[in-house]
Amino acid sequence: MDTIAEAFARAFALLAAGDPELLAVIGLSLRVSLSATALACALGIPLGMALAMARFPGRRALVVLVDALMGLPPVVVGLLVYLLLSRAGPLGHLGLLYTPTAMVIAQTVLVLPVVTALSRNLGEQLLAEYGEFLRALGAGPLRRVAALVVEGRHALVTVALAGFGRAIAEVGAVMIVGGNIRHHTRVMTTAIALETGKGELATALALGIVLVAVALSVNALAHVLRARERELAHAGA
Amino acid sequence: MPAPELRVVPLPHGPLLRVEGLTVRLSGRAVLEGLDFELHEGLSVVLGANGAGKSVLLRTLHGLIPPAAGRMIWRHGHPPRRALVFQRPVLLRRTVRAQLRFALACAGVPWRRRRERVQELLELADLVHLADRPARRLSGGEQQRLQLATALALDPELLLLDEPAASLDPAATLAFERVVERVRRAGVSVLLVTHDVHQARRLAERVLFLERGRLVESGPAVRFFAAPTSAAARAYLEGRLAP
Repeated sequence: MDTIAEAFARAFALLAAGDPELLAVIGLSLRVSLSATALACALGIPLGMALAMARFPGRRALVVLVDALMGLPPVVVGLLVYLLLSRAGPLGHLGLLYTPTAMVIAQTVLVLPVVTALSRNLGEQLLAEYGEFLRALGAGPLRRVAALVVEGRHALVTVALAGFGRAIAEVGAVMIVGGNIRHHTRVMTTAIALETGKGELATALALGIVLVAVALSVNALAHVLRARERELAHAGA
Repeated sequence: MPAPELRVVPLPHGPLLRVEGLTVRLSGRAVLEGLDFELHEGLSVVLGANGAGKSVLLRTLHGLIPPAAGRMIWRHGHPPRRALVFQRPVLLRRTVRAQLRFALACAGVPWRRRRERVQELLELADLVHLADRPARRLSGGEQQRLQLATALALDPELLLLDEPAASLDPAATLAFERVVERVRRAGVSVLLVTHDVHQARRLAERVLFLERGRLVESGPAVRFFAAPTSAAARAYLEGRLAP
């Protein structure tokens, strides 16, 4: 009980003091996870929509695979990206291991199946509504994918948030490829793991509170933006 | 002065389309079977009970459903520009104007011409005052007129309408028919599927009557309504349930 009270007190103290190290850790967390989410969305949303539209042999199997990859354990992703980026690995010459870039790559791999699978699901719902209409208008495949993205824009915000949630919360992948290096690759989750390991439970919990607050703020911001867009477009559900 | 010699000029063009032995199967079941008919310019109406295959016929003529057998011989050797209006309006989550712009983009209308074409379509469909309204906030009748304008963005030579007024009240139906009439007068051929015998009487120049996937009767509307030759059509017109 004391720990919790102390943790809250310390969390506010840390934030109020504007501790530069804490702010840097929060900043890096956001930078890495938002970049990874943006990349995963740029790839995964069109991919998911295309997968919803396309008919080819083995499609069912691919859909099952992508759905299954949503549950990919972060440490496994971390390990795979590590093997790829380590000096002996195929991309070792890029020297990316233990950099924020490596962390972005790992989180992108982690988030991509989430965004793709959820977009595919959304795409299938939209196709039931618009598929024949778009074909009757003579829209080509690219235009149809684009139209589905535009028509699904409100639901896609939620898809992006689900991806961001997975990225900001994971610790295994960034720990392995980032190395939790102070002032360089330390993010909130790896810092929490470290502080807990050191027995600094109050600090760990304080960071945890901040992490939850950051995740909540991003979600709240997205909802505000979405509500405003909805109002402007009067788009209805 | 000698009277000018009367020459018999062959019609510059025959029927828009001649259909021979058209058969359509959906999941193995024949939905249309051995249809033979000619589609002429002007406004033709497809009548028939639920499940007669009217909507399938429309989709096949549009090219959305491939026929299993038979031939469709178009007047110029290739299909004309076709557009389809669905029974249930399909509306984008955009404004009326944006939906029309999207349809124009699909039709390949150059970007610079779209604004002007949107305006024309809005006027044609009596939607000018609703241009910046979200499409989904329109009333049923307005939605169906937007649907019509969306189809007209493709600049069709043949307009296919699938029970467009099925869920509209009389006033909205009349407003819709007014737009169809304008389109027809502009030289667009129309094939209208309807359940509504009164609507068919008001609009049809020719009638196709389908029953359970077969064409039972076809010909000029006047003759069809005055003296239907088939028992099924007589029963349908009298509002009796066919056996």
